[in-house]
Amino acid sequence: MLKIENLHVSVEDTEILKGIDLEIRPGEVHAIMGPNGSGKSTLASIIAGRDDYEVSAGGIQFLGEDLLELDPEDRARMGLFLAFQYPVEIPGVNNLYFLKAALNAQRKARGEDELDAMEFWELVTERMRRVQMDEAFLKRPVNEGFSGGEKKRNEILQMSVLEPRFAVLDETDSGLDIDALKTVADGVNAMRSPERGFLVITHYQRLLDYIVPDVVHVMMDGRIVRTGDKDLAKALEAEGYALFRENPEPAIAQHA
Amino acid sequence: MSDHTATLEELTAKGYQFGFVTDIEQDTVPPGLNEDVIRLISSKKQEPEWLLEWRLEAYRHWLTMREPDWARLDITPIDYQAISYYSAPKSDADRPKSLDEIDPEILRTYEKLGIPLAEQEVLAGIRGNVAVDAVFDSVSVATSFKGKLAEKGIIFCSFSEAVHEHPELVRQHLGTVVPQGDNYFAALNSAVFTDGSFCYIPKGVRCPMELSTYFRINAANTGQFERTLIIAEPGSYVSYLEGCTAPQRDENQLHAAVVELIALDDAEIKYSTVQNWYPGDAEGKGGIYNFVTKRGLCKGRNSKISWTQVETGSAITWKYPSCVLRGDNSIGEFYSVAITRDRQQADTGTKMIHMGKNTRSTIISKGISAGQGQNVYRGLVKVLPTASDARNYTQCDSLLMGDQCGAHTFPYIEVQHPTAQIEHEASTSKVSDDQIFYCQSRGIGTEDAINLIVNGFCKEVFRELPMEFAVEAQKLLEIKLEGSVG
Ligand SMILES: Nc1ncnc2c1ncn2[C@@H]1O[C@H](COP(=O)(O)OP(=O)(O)OP(=O)(O)O)[C@@H](O)[C@H]1O
Ligand SMILES: [Mg+2]
Repeated sequence: MLKIENLHVSVEDTEILKGIDLEIRPGEVHAIMGPNGSGKSTLASIIAGRDDYEVSAGGIQFLGEDLLELDPEDRARMGLFLAFQYPVEIPGVNNLYFLKAALNAQRKARGEDELDAMEFWELVTERMRRVQMDEAFLKRPVNEGFSGGEKKRNEILQMSVLEPRFAVLDETDSGLDIDALKTVADGVNAMRSPERGFLVITHYQRLLDYIVPDVVHVMMDGRIVRTGDKDLAKALEAEGYALFRENPEPAIAQHA
Repeated sequence: MSDHTATLEELTAKGYQFGFVTDIEQDTVPPGLNEDVIRLISSKKQEPEWLLEWRLEAYRHWLTMREPDWARLDITPIDYQAISYYSAPKSDADRPKSLDEIDPEILRTYEKLGIPLAEQEVLAGIRGNVAVDAVFDSVSVATSFKGKLAEKGIIFCSFSEAVHEHPELVRQHLGTVVPQGDNYFAALNSAVFTDGSFCYIPKGVRCPMELSTYFRINAANTGQFERTLIIAEPGSYVSYLEGCTAPQRDENQLHAAVVELIALDDAEIKYSTVQNWYPGDAEGKGGIYNFVTKRGLCKGRNSKISWTQVETGSAITWKYPSCVLRGDNSIGEFYSVAITRDRQQADTGTKMIHMGKNTRSTIISKGISAGQGQNVYRGLVKVLPTASDARNYTQCDSLLMGDQCGAHTFPYIEVQHPTAQIEHEASTSKVSDDQIFYCQSRGIGTEDAINLIVNGFCKEVFRELPMEFAVEAQKLLEIKLEGSVG
């Protein structure tokens, strides 16, 4: 459903992504691991449609469409979702209002009926129970004053409400306590289905014990240097990235 | 990818929506100002002698005064002799007695503006429970719902009518809050004011509906000088809303109004303004000069006056709705959203004068600057020696959209009593790309995202507005902000 080919991305003449190839099929969960600054969030941002970057070569296909041609909101309306590494605060706009505006904007664009206040309330409170968030968060301004973990949980709440077809989770596990980690993983697992794909960016193998990936990629310096199954994450946990630094081998073989 | 610039041009081109001119016969006095013009205005309005004298006194005082020093405003000098001081639709020769007698052109104008004069519209629930007084250029053309209000003893009529029907009330209160010589523009207004609204709420009466005045400048080269007087007797309550628009013209037009509010013991006046005068074009040509003196006197114990304003229009706005807290335990509030874009300039704020014991004031000011707009908050909190245990809380937030606009904050604090507690908070922020992108990534389009963020910024003020007007203010803001972030 998501196909990235030979993607080169730069910011102000510095190349950050240096030829990424990646294909994720419906029902698959892929994980990307890689050292700080290797370009994981850049990849996530490019997929979601951030326009601070220049794509110098390659492209991305999503559900058969040329993703890079679309505005971010149109990507979201097609069913793309990004859980931000650093969720953004919007003072004065309450979470409930924001979520409803988002869901209805998407439904409208897809030609579906907008939900009224009652219908939305039922949906959102049900999803809140799923991610174990208190209803009080609905009245608070979007992410303002939320703790790090609460922000991450709020991203998962948004995902559960918007029910995307493909979701990128950028370090959603960072800063979560053990219980929150399980809750977030449960939230994701509850949404796993043969039609839905996930790209999970993380530094920790621990998350992958809960959200078991089909494929694991290792990203270094703007390239995917190794692709394997969930055991690759375990090896990485044991050995660190040094292994790949010394002996980088091309990873594209599997997906070429 | 997203092409904001195209949207920007498209939407800015839409521009001001109320810039049309109504084609009716006008009775307009030739430009110029002298005692004869004032006598003429007074006689056209068949005013009593005392009022003429009052006007002349103001005029003579005005002659001795100098225009204020414009501080941060960049202003083309005003030629007071080039302005016409009176303009009325011809049909006013014999004032309309009912809506049927109003020139249909005027009715259509107000319809275009979305203001219902016809009571049946109001009753049909199109605009809810609101009584409207409409001022077209210099005169008030219609007041709806008068009958229903009269049952409760509430007087809501044009200022001219009040002069004839309730001279004792007008004479007793006129100029007691804003004296004739208060400032340059108040003096000018006192000399030449032509109409406005008058409102009287008797003792213990809670006004059952919003009272509302719409001001419309239509004729070219005219100034609009209206005067509003609201008196709330002990234990009464009234909520009042003022809205304004003007045609799109290349020359600047002057609007110098005076508003006086008087709240007696335990009375409360809530005064809300949605100002949308023509702001001039993108290069700064034309537009209204909005120089207004608004002041409320909390005369009685436990009285409360609350100003809420949403200032979106005018080339230049110069306005400081103020509260004189004379009664013990009285409360003054000021909630303001001022938005400037293109070449607009706004210098606005409030004065809270604490005189009584245990008086409290709250100031929430939200300035939004886009394009090359310049936004100034200027406020004074003054605690007199008589005001023990006075408290003030001030919060000034500025939101910048783009990098050519400006926001400036000038809080003045004068405290003459040691028990005073004054708090001041200020912030400046930008609508960030991160915020817009975050909204977009959830499926919300750019324009909607900006509206959402700006509405969030204005929330503390909007929630003070009566429901239907809060919705209107939001819509106005949306129109105003269209294409403002490229
Ligand atoms: N807008 C930008 N301007 C300049 N440099 C940028 C910009 N965005 C990203 N970079 C640089 O690109 C590199 C990759 O950043 P990115 O955020 O994608 O890393 P990451 O893999 O997500 O790291 P982390 O694990 O720390 O989150 C970094 O060196 C970063 O400084
Ligand atoms: Mg990152």
